[in-house]
Amino acid sequence: MMKIKTPRNGRVRRELEKRAPKLVETGKKTLILQGTKTSGILNGVLSEIYHLKKGGAVRFTRKNDNIRPFESGGETSLEFFSLKTDCSIFVYGSHSKKRPNNLVIGRMYDHHVYDLVEVGVENFKSIESFTYDKKMAPRVGSKPFIAFVGEGFENVDELKHLKEVLLDLLRGEVVENINLAGLDRAYVCTAISSNKVYLTHCALRLKKSGTVVPRMELVEVGLSMDLVVRRHRLPNEGLRKEAMRTAKDQPKKKIKNVSSDAIEGTIGKIYIPDQKVGDVALPNKAKGVKRERREAKKKEANERASKKHKEESE
Amino acid sequence: METETESQKPFQVDVGNLLAFNPFHNFPSLPTSRDELVKECLQEGTKLVQAVADSLFNLPSTEDVDGPLVKLPPPTTKLPREKHLPKPKPPTKWEEFAKKKGIQKRKKDKVVWDEQTGTWKRRFGYDRVNDDKDIPIIEAKMTDEPGVDPFAKRQDDKKKRVEKQEKNRLQNLKQAAKIGALPSHVQLAATALPITGTQAPPKKVTKDELGNVAGMAATSTASGGKFDRKLPGEKPAKKQGKHRRFLPVVEGSGIGSREKEQTENVLNKLISKHSHEILNVNKAVTMYNVKKEKRGRNRRNEEGKSSSATNKLKPKKQLQKKTGKKGPGSSKKGTAK
Repeated sequence: MMKIKTPRNGRVRRELEKRAPKLVETGKKTLILQGTKTSGILNGVLSEIYHLKKGGAVRFTRKNDNIRPFESGGETSLEFFSLKTDCSIFVYGSHSKKRPNNLVIGRMYDHHVYDLVEVGVENFKSIESFTYDKKMAPRVGSKPFIAFVGEGFENVDELKHLKEVLLDLLRGEVVENINLAGLDRAYVCTAISSNKVYLTHCALRLKKSGTVVPRMELVEVGLSMDLVVRRHRLPNEGLRKEAMRTAKDQPKKKIKNVSSDAIEGTIGKIYIPDQKVGDVALPNKAKGVKRERREAKKKEANERASKKHKEESE
Repeated sequence: METETESQKPFQVDVGNLLAFNPFHNFPSLPTSRDELVKECLQEGTKLVQAVADSLFNLPSTEDVDGPLVKLPPPTTKLPREKHLPKPKPPTKWEEFAKKKGIQKRKKDKVVWDEQTGTWKRRFGYDRVNDDKDIPIIEAKMTDEPGVDPFAKRQDDKKKRVEKQEKNRLQNLKQAAKIGALPSHVQLAATALPITGTQAPPKKVTKDELGNVAGMAATSTASGGKFDRKLPGEKPAKKQGKHRRFLPVVEGSGIGSREKEQTENVLNKLISKHSHEILNVNKAVTMYNVKKEKRGRNRRNEEGKSSSATNKLKPKKQLQKKTGKKGPGSSKKGTAK
């Protein structure tokens, strides 16, 4: 016995439609949470990541003791949260003696765990510790430049994986049009050694240069930390293939009032509204015009009229 | 996309993501101080960002109120999706039928001409065309049964049609849900659980209880469940009751060693060779107490109730004395029996 349930509210219906799978995906929402024990540094890291991703992130502040991302049974809570908050990336922070200042960054496919990267945070410097000119501070939600430096990102398996995950985490919304005046932040990730990455967040300064392209200047503004890759789990092949599938032919949006003909080629239709002949303002209407001008216009009109008469008579 | 820089080392630039990757840089020796490391990282970063900006600012831009607007190319780095690709809705049963028969969809007007009133009325909703309640008279036909109310019949027919349509809609949605193409705003919910024997929820049985039940069933067989066919992995039934060991019928010559052991044990208990081990103090005490009470009761019955209090006290005193002399006392008992 089944019953069809549809939302009674327009608001609920719109929310459900937002969460439905789409052909082309815009950015992923991030879920930031913590485990049973966190250190002061880790708290700072989590709150700063949340601040950087303000528009598309959800922060849980309570401790969750049944989340163990790398164990087979410990992911159920994460998947439940991901389903309820509609988040596809999560950042889970925990602190223990064996793994101090631990961050697990993971991605979800269809609200099931897709892949995981575990990194340790070292040498963390928070936003408050930087001194800079406040006017240059990047705005919340602006699309960042992302730069990866280092051959480690190409050669080492773990760093390659970390690069992909960081790109997904940092890139923000996928948009078609972008306003060039609003570009003001950049993330720089350098591979220092085969398992260490230095991540920093900078503000951009556009300086005048000779050409259209302005000269870029980076000023370290926000958080900076060393990420030490500890463990990672790649997705299994079948799941990876399925997740990487893209829509082959996106249905081309039909442009209205344009049709193509075999003989004549592309034809466009233009619809002109009806002309309101009686309401058009006449050029000789003198009512709203100053007296001198009014009289001048009257004179002109008379001259024209007399000319016409002359012509007619001729 | 690759761009050549002055150093002839191509970066990998993805303008759609505002991403730049320099795969050729490496630190030959790690800079000693942190500041130097930071500086070098920033330098490299600046170069990369400059490369992206080069391609970005050269794109055709349109002027907008806030600034120049640029249309980004689609990103080239492939990233995994967060949800599965939406599946197209499967055709409903009516749509399949219509395709087969070649029936085209006709666009319906919102208002329809109503003959009765001579106005344009809406097709459905308040004050609609062909409403059931607007019919004043229904003429009787030859096929009509005498006791049937035609107005009620019309309403029943409509209800049935609506129910049928709802059922068909549910079937179509179930079909869509089976292949995973349910529309996003629709949810199918189970209204009732499948019918079971009793209304009460089934009790959860523990492993031990199940084992007991199996054992009980086994004892009802003639051979006590010894030769029952067991499931793979089932352990043999636990024996209930005391374990009795019987000596083998044939063993060695003369009295076998096991029989010898058995008789020796019994004799030792009787003759009490190691009497201090054999004596069960508590048992001896209770036996003595009981005997005393019996004697006391008999005497009481003969003499009367006067000496009951003193009798009660006496056995306890004698008890303390008797603990020293338990050896011969117990042997006496043994021979008496």
